[in-house]
Amino acid sequence: MSAELERRVVELNYRYAACLDGNRLKDWPDFFTEDCRYLIQPRDNLEQGLEGYWLYFEGKRMLRDRVVSLLEVNIYHIHYERRLVSNVLVAGREGDAWLARANYMMLHTDNEGRSRIFSVGEYRDRIVEAGGELRFSERHVVPDTFTVQSHISMPI
Amino acid sequence: MVSTLHWPSEDFTQVPFAVHVDPELFELEQARIFRGHTWNFLGLEAELPKPGDFVSTYVGITPVVLNRGKDGALHAFVNRCAHRGAAVVRAKRGNAANHTCIYHQWTYDHHGNLVGVPYRRGINGNGGYPQDFDPCQHSLETLRVESYQGVVFGTFARDMAPLAEYMGEPVRKRFDALCGRPLRVVGTQRQLIRGNWKLYVENLKDCYHGALLHAFNSKFGMFRTSQRGSTAMAQNGLHCVLTTFGKKDEKIGSTYAAVGTYKPKFQLEAPEVVEYFEEHADGMVSTVLSMFPTFVLAQIANHLGFRHIIPKSVHEFELVWINFVYADDPPERLHARRMQGNLLGPGGYLSMEDAEALELAHATILSQSGRGHAFVQMGGRGLADQDHLVTEVPIRTFWKGYCDLLGMKVGEMRAS
Repeated sequence: MSAELERRVVELNYRYAACLDGNRLKDWPDFFTEDCRYLIQPRDNLEQGLEGYWLYFEGKRMLRDRVVSLLEVNIYHIHYERRLVSNVLVAGREGDAWLARANYMMLHTDNEGRSRIFSVGEYRDRIVEAGGELRFSERHVVPDTFTVQSHISMPI
Repeated sequence: MVSTLHWPSEDFTQVPFAVHVDPELFELEQARIFRGHTWNFLGLEAELPKPGDFVSTYVGITPVVLNRGKDGALHAFVNRCAHRGAAVVRAKRGNAANHTCIYHQWTYDHHGNLVGVPYRRGINGNGGYPQDFDPCQHSLETLRVESYQGVVFGTFARDMAPLAEYMGEPVRKRFDALCGRPLRVVGTQRQLIRGNWKLYVENLKDCYHGALLHAFNSKFGMFRTSQRGSTAMAQNGLHCVLTTFGKKDEKIGSTYAAVGTYKPKFQLEAPEVVEYFEEHADGMVSTVLSMFPTFVLAQIANHLGFRHIIPKSVHEFELVWINFVYADDPPERLHARRMQGNLLGPGGYLSMEDAEALELAHATILSQSGRGHAFVQMGGRGLADQDHLVTEVPIRTFWKGYCDLLGMKVGEMRAS
């Protein structure tokens, strides 16, 4: 794996985190391809061979629906978010996609200013290049924190 | 120190907030409810197909292991070693010929009988237990176990009425309709909510919050207040079955024109999330069955699941969603149920608001030390069944049943 590719995958992860931490939810679907999959599957389910998805989205249009619903319809905890992404590894290639992994930690800060760990886990990604940009054709989020703190609204 | 528990009205239209934050009441609930005369959810027969299979769970805050014995029958015991009190079984699930405590290797069979003790006769003439040591006196505490349509329950009360009788006709009827054929668990989802467990029990019996709190619901209407609906109670009002009936092509908008959270312009690019197929001959669209104390069976559109409420303390509970499909579902039905999975669970479009509302309520009630009473008069006063869903009757009958079980009387002051 070239150092240049690894640098670009790290950058993709950082930009993704900055987008969501910066409250630019509307831009979130653009990190994905049109026929992408975005899945959140807690680790206990994955290891038991169960689906157990918190979210199961096929296609960018389902991601856009999530955005509109969160911005206009649903009601949820008021908080800031901060994602720390590290241990980025590009592990190989399958078809037209690079297979990559990264660890994440997501913190919530409530509207009294108190911070807590919301979720820790792993990103398991398929990343493709189109028009000179890297995008996720699949982002499979596997939280170790398999019991959700309260509820989950924003994407991890 | 919380305020006095006081039930001022005969028809339970005023509920003392202290019920959610009183630590002594929480202890009393463990004794009178979870260790008392109730049947508590333990697991599913489908999770334990082979002898030796086990799952760890809780009855109230008491850790319990459900396992299948060599005899093929299901047995349950309290997961606390009779020797020095450590948890005997550490895994959440698995298969074991017997269960050995790691601390001093006391070993128990699937029934909870003590079958092995190290150094019982001592070593080289030193140590060992006295002559009168009798392993039979050191078994694990056990529960009585029964199941209905593959769903397994346990009770600490030896003289408890049979499970089917405890369930009552309305509950059995829904179990028959939804669990009466082979099913497959597709996943479990867990959420830890900072609130008293009864806030969620109330929420399950709250017929009309769905259209107001859950705006996604009022738009796509799986559970609408205006639908033909029914409420049926059993076991002195402690169990409740809410059901809605309808046709897919009904107009929704007019019901919600006056509701602040109604979003007429909101459209989905991917409508498969809400596209459901008609599954019941009687036109049932949704049903939420809450069986006291902490079990739920629900079908929302085509999403099928059990829920288990696990109290963690007076101020916290875990909600476990156990989602299932039918073993004979064709691929298109599996796909539809998976897509509708986005509606329910800890991040579901229809359900994410509940945790937020309950946490707001609990934190504020606690800040006021449980002072005052909740106002529960939707649908008027009284406890009679109603044939619509614009009502809080199921919440009132629940509190009546709860007070009866805990020996609390209307008008009486209970200092806490």
